[in-house]
Amino acid sequence: MNAEFLAFSILSVFAIGGAVFFLNAGKVMHMAIALAFTFFSLAGIYLLLQAEFLAVVQVLVYAGGISILMIFGIMLTKPEEGAPSRSFQYHQWISLATVTGFFVIIMTIIYQTPILTPAGKETSASVKSIGSILFKNYAIPFELASILLLVALIGAIVLARKEQK
Amino acid sequence: MYLTSYLALAAILFCIGLYGILTKRNAVMLLFSVELMLNAVNLNLVAFSRLGFYPNVEGQIFTFFTITVAAAEAAVGLAILIALYRKKETAEADQYNSMKG
Repeated sequence: MNAEFLAFSILSVFAIGGAVFFLNAGKVMHMAIALAFTFFSLAGIYLLLQAEFLAVVQVLVYAGGISILMIFGIMLTKPEEGAPSRSFQYHQWISLATVTGFFVIIMTIIYQTPILTPAGKETSASVKSIGSILFKNYAIPFELASILLLVALIGAIVLARKEQK
Repeated sequence: MYLTSYLALAAILFCIGLYGILTKRNAVMLLFSVELMLNAVNLNLVAFSRLGFYPNVEGQIFTFFTITVAAAEAAVGLAILIALYRKKETAEADQYNSMKG
């Protein structure tokens, strides 16, 4: 229990720290690295929740795939480094106020709702049980997801292709 | 470990992603903020699937589908961004204003 709390604290500090650095970093590339760090920490939190397979998928897809894709995007689009970082404008104050209000509402709801936790009922989500549920109960959504990925693949190629006359 | 801690962490990450969407000007960073928000939602799903009232593996299954859709969204979003960059020569989202009357 205690070790779990310690691990949760460290991982959540890493995750939130990476996200805050993502907001404040000066260079675009630093932001990408900070967010990849956040994704890694979230994989650790999935491990803490005993979702091992999901943690591996998180590292593969998010920390590996999407971060690299975004870094490619950054390199291909050449962000203006010395972009006019206009000092805190009224637009940012409005955003900050909105987000803070939203956050306060969510936290109030979370901490005021009585959340019932069953005592001692452990479900072991092994890879085997995940696979059997995924391929038995969710076979059609699984196939639809594969079609979605195929469409996204072809669509990305068609969209990003250089038009030749 | 209580469920509320995980929910609070997810709420914090979601709000950081929301703030990033509202204030960032680089379009790649907007896509990144969306991914952060999706991750926060995934964390909620996994936390409920482990510590909720009916602990169940199916919460993780939903998370797999969310990750799939997020990957597709990132790929298509980046392709659209590159096509736009080729046309407008900039990656700043507030320069994409050609539909403005």
